[in-house]
Amino acid sequence: MSDQVTYEGVEVGTELPVVSYPVTRLSLVKYCGASGDFNVIHWNDRVARAVGLPDVIAHGMFTMAQAGRFVTDWAGPKAAVTEFGVRFSSMVVVPDDDKGASIEVSGQVEEKLDDNQVAVALTAKSADTKVLTRARAVVRLP
Amino acid sequence: MAVNREFVGRTFPPTEPYEVSRVKIAEFAAAIGDTNPIYRDRAAAQAAGHPDVIAPPTFAIVISMAGSGAALADPGLGLNYAMVVHGEQRFTYTRPIVAGDVLTAQVTLTDIRDVGRNVMLTSSTQLSTIDGELVCTALSTLVERGA
Repeated sequence: MSDQVTYEGVEVGTELPVVSYPVTRLSLVKYCGASGDFNVIHWNDRVARAVGLPDVIAHGMFTMAQAGRFVTDWAGPKAAVTEFGVRFSSMVVVPDDDKGASIEVSGQVEEKLDDNQVAVALTAKSADTKVLTRARAVVRLP
Repeated sequence: MAVNREFVGRTFPPTEPYEVSRVKIAEFAAAIGDTNPIYRDRAAAQAAGHPDVIAPPTFAIVISMAGSGAALADPGLGLNYAMVVHGEQRFTYTRPIVAGDVLTAQVTLTDIRDVGRNVMLTSSTQLSTIDGELVCTALSTLVERGA
């Protein structure tokens, strides 16, 4: 976790370096339990393939959570997220092996808004494919 | 089976109150791999100016899904959940969700439309305290993939 970022100290255009987050079948099983989303395509490859998917895929919300973690780790503990939105543009396919997949998140400070708020544009990729588009978070900073 | 367009505009009753516990927040944070102490250590959260441990931003989906889940599972809607993937998700927060919050979710199905062979369902869910304070609005687009 980084130090606390302040509104004064933030500059538009600042690049937030990429962080890679792992995702394995165990991650998805845990996320099923914690979120209550037990859609079978997130844990059962037989059903996933039967409905035309390449394999088990991560919950979109798991990917969004990694992007959220990227923002809150950057913004610091005193920041409050006021808006957060993403479009899920591609699936994160999670093979049944010990390595799983990874989600690479990066960002850029896009805009300084009123009320000490800052907008961050986010990019998330898995297997070199963009998995989130129109991904943006607004945080209120001290 | 086609998705029933008659559900557009329908607002479902608010869910039973959901009490946000520190244990559930910590479980959710662990599941997303987030080790931030403000999600599990009350003193750390208070040092950062929060009244108690707060929830990661996307925790709001747990409560909003409790509302939209009932709507989506309505047999009259005719949604094939195994064919459903998440298209888009947006949250607007008045404040972070805090341990001890007692929240209800009220979902409105705002649109159902065909996009190519797929069907897109959009919903708006309001998470409010039982005292009526709006904490978060969640806008979701789900996609039922065409066979």
